[in-house]
Amino acid sequence: MTRKSLVVIGNGMAPGRVLETLIEVAPDAYDITIFNAESRVNYNRIMLSPVLSGEQTFDDIIIHGDGWYVEHGITLYKGHKVVAIDRAAKTVTSEHGETVSYDKLLIATGSNPFIIPLPGHDLPGVLTYRDLDDVNAMMIAARSGGRAVVIGGGLLGLEAAAGLLAQGMDVTVLHIMPTLMERQLDPSAGYLLQKELAGRGIDIRTSANTKEILGGSKVEGVLLDDGTEIAADIIVMAVGIRPNHWLAKEAGLDVGRGIKVDGTMQTSDPDIYSVGECVEFEGNCYGLVAPLYEQARVCGLTLAGERSHAFVHTETSTKLKVTGVNLFSGGDFAEADGREEIVFRDAARGVYKRLVLEEDRLVGAVLYGDTADGAWFFQQIREGAAIAPDARDTLIFGPTFMGGAPLDPMAAVAALPDDSEICGCNGISKGKILAAIDKEGLKDLEGVRTCTKASSSCGSCTGLVESLLAFKLGAAFAAPAKKTVCGCTDLAHDEVRRLIVSLSLKSIPAVMQELGWKTSCGCAKCRPALNFYLLASWPVEYVDDGQSRFINERVHANIQKDGTYSVVPRAWGGMTTAAELRAIADVIDKFQIPAVKYTGGQRLDMLGVRKQDLPGVWADLNAAGMVSGHAYGKSLRTVKTCVGTEWCRFGTQDSTGLGIKLEKMMWGSWTPHKVKLGVSGCPRNCAEATCKDIGVICVDSGYELHFGGAAGMEIKGTEILCKVASEGEALEYCAALLQLYREQGFYLERIYRWSARVGLDKVREQIVGDDGNRAALYARFLHAQSFAQTDPWAERASGRVDAHEFRELAPVEG
Amino acid sequence: MDGSASMERWVDVCALADVPVRGARRIRIFGHEVAVFRTSNDAVYALDNQCPHKGGPLSEGIVHDEGVTCPLHGLIMHLPTGRALGAETGCVKTYGVRIEDKRVSVRVGI
Repeated sequence: MTRKSLVVIGNGMAPGRVLETLIEVAPDAYDITIFNAESRVNYNRIMLSPVLSGEQTFDDIIIHGDGWYVEHGITLYKGHKVVAIDRAAKTVTSEHGETVSYDKLLIATGSNPFIIPLPGHDLPGVLTYRDLDDVNAMMIAARSGGRAVVIGGGLLGLEAAAGLLAQGMDVTVLHIMPTLMERQLDPSAGYLLQKELAGRGIDIRTSANTKEILGGSKVEGVLLDDGTEIAADIIVMAVGIRPNHWLAKEAGLDVGRGIKVDGTMQTSDPDIYSVGECVEFEGNCYGLVAPLYEQARVCGLTLAGERSHAFVHTETSTKLKVTGVNLFSGGDFAEADGREEIVFRDAARGVYKRLVLEEDRLVGAVLYGDTADGAWFFQQIREGAAIAPDARDTLIFGPTFMGGAPLDPMAAVAALPDDSEICGCNGISKGKILAAIDKEGLKDLEGVRTCTKASSSCGSCTGLVESLLAFKLGAAFAAPAKKTVCGCTDLAHDEVRRLIVSLSLKSIPAVMQELGWKTSCGCAKCRPALNFYLLASWPVEYVDDGQSRFINERVHANIQKDGTYSVVPRAWGGMTTAAELRAIADVIDKFQIPAVKYTGGQRLDMLGVRKQDLPGVWADLNAAGMVSGHAYGKSLRTVKTCVGTEWCRFGTQDSTGLGIKLEKMMWGSWTPHKVKLGVSGCPRNCAEATCKDIGVICVDSGYELHFGGAAGMEIKGTEILCKVASEGEALEYCAALLQLYREQGFYLERIYRWSARVGLDKVREQIVGDDGNRAALYARFLHAQSFAQTDPWAERASGRVDAHEFRELAPVEG
Repeated sequence: MDGSASMERWVDVCALADVPVRGARRIRIFGHEVAVFRTSNDAVYALDNQCPHKGGPLSEGIVHDEGVTCPLHGLIMHLPTGRALGAETGCVKTYGVRIEDKRVSVRVGI
């Protein structure tokens, strides 16, 4: 039997879910072809805000990587916009002229951002907030700082504003209504939100009507109705979306606001289906993920031949994805005759809760500051069950108080009925999760995510899912033990790293204040970690805090057991000269240094130098052209090489030359832990590159790149990253790897531990599998290096930096 | 002179500005090495500059709250009392400190 042909126009989240459902139920029913106007794979569009704020990368939000399409035999045309549907011939044609015929066609063209046709709306610098290209454009604009004006104070506008603020821009939000997010929030919650965002530094102007966008060759500002002018370097329009239905309309399908569909997602042509934001169903258009995934599920089942499923309109709930803002709304909370409300305020905690009842049913809920009971309230709204008169008094306190149940999260999830929704994004109920835990023998969060998809989209229900696991499995469920940075905080390393970026924290006191440190100035564990995270996150602005560095990094030498220091100058790639050796010999004599030793990293170590002699030793080494070898730091240490083609009869490439280039590029960079490199000129591997943090093995046809080796407390051979053909590529790949480690590693975590934690394949994907990402990492590394490559010895030998460290106080004599 | 063996006196050791905030300086007083610490709250303490564990120079450690972490093996010494914090045991001698006219004086026995 020949398979039917299914053509999909659009590759967003909704059609992605249609295909997942279809492949699960009827894997062999269709040959599938996808046309995607965007030149990329399917990603989680609702998580663009964390990408903009820097909390996540594009890689983190990919739903289907390239491999998924290959695995399922799907043809994906990236960057192919479909320009015509011929319903008579049953074909679609892309703008590049590709024509494919279909038996069934799925239109999922999504929506377009609405651009208010103000004067000046087409100037360069007017952006929208819709896809990754928009996010990239904003991130590029944010690099040069300046002011962004966001037009629209709804969900998308505020997420964009918070993201741009996190990227370091000054941000003004213009909202035409008197309060923010008026479609999801009542005025009180809108006020609390405005206060919170204003407190973070966003300039919010409500009842502000934009009259004109100002500028000559590019955007320069906006003019409001009341005559106010606001200067702006970019303008983001986030005033709403319009279903993108023109292709369907041109093809003669029934369209209203969107493409009209019935409950099986069929359009007016029985061979054409449609899902997503381009759809109109019973007069409603949808923009939130939960109903779109439900549409997708129904459509996938219908395409698979199960025609008994139907999409029905349901209430939706909303959460704002701005870190640190807890906000939930669901149902209908407008004031109306016959409606009553229950309100709870706790000004000190910034908590506001409002429930709206009609007759004796809950119809709407707005929660601000404490949203833990959101899922439960939303469940009551959807069920429309009567609230008993005696339950009304405690209703606002949520399920934990209903019937006097104890106040703990386990009891709260135990109290939920089986059909209550846990994961709003994917429409997964408590019952489904419990059944999956039972049936599949699931033991942890990852298992639940894989089998049910719960908690796999926006992640805000993760806590609930963990509580369910604990409820079902009891002691058998080991909640992931959270490893905090130290006793000064309840936060783990990854949380601290993320929050430093998303909250734009740029000093140690700011981190401790904003993240609620429990001690007044930290400890010897957290302060060096914070100093590194801040340095790695803000290479331009952050001022290194010497007092938060371990003594070795503070005085740029290694403390020994008797309080003296050791000094190791750099020997690039392990090479040295007679002049350097002579200078080292002179220093040893002049300062009566008691011991000299060859290190394992092909350098010379002078041991037993008195602290007050360090600047003099450094000055003499500097004069002979030598700089600090950073043998004391969580930083680039040695690059060990063999002699390669220069001398060796087996050498395949210039391994010494590459080692020197790597060292010259990487020296001076601070890293989560020490980093050692090795470059061997042939697979005999005389430089022992396969037990280094980063290693290169030269072969005839190029360079094998390795990472994640160790030869210390643990012995571990490296993993292969990839093979590249040219020396230039070897340099770029190694630098990108080092930068990824600098951005993701926990303090005191060597490369082999970091890569095991995040996953070796994940590392490879981000370096090898994504050229754009690798180029960006490389560029960020070189940018950071432009501020880092100053010889710390020269600074101190000159007496300009930390002179007090090396100058002895005059002794008090008797 | 009263001939007492425990005679004490204040000696001027340095300017307050010589000691970095959240840092320390070491000074030889009558041939004996003392570490002078200054905390983030600008409190100043003086202790023998020798960790009770293996003799590490406490003046080179990271200063946090009212403690210093020894640079050699990480013992945390409580600056006001000179006692090791946490599960460790050990104690170093502390000295009285006086700040006058932005100068630091330490009380020592002769």
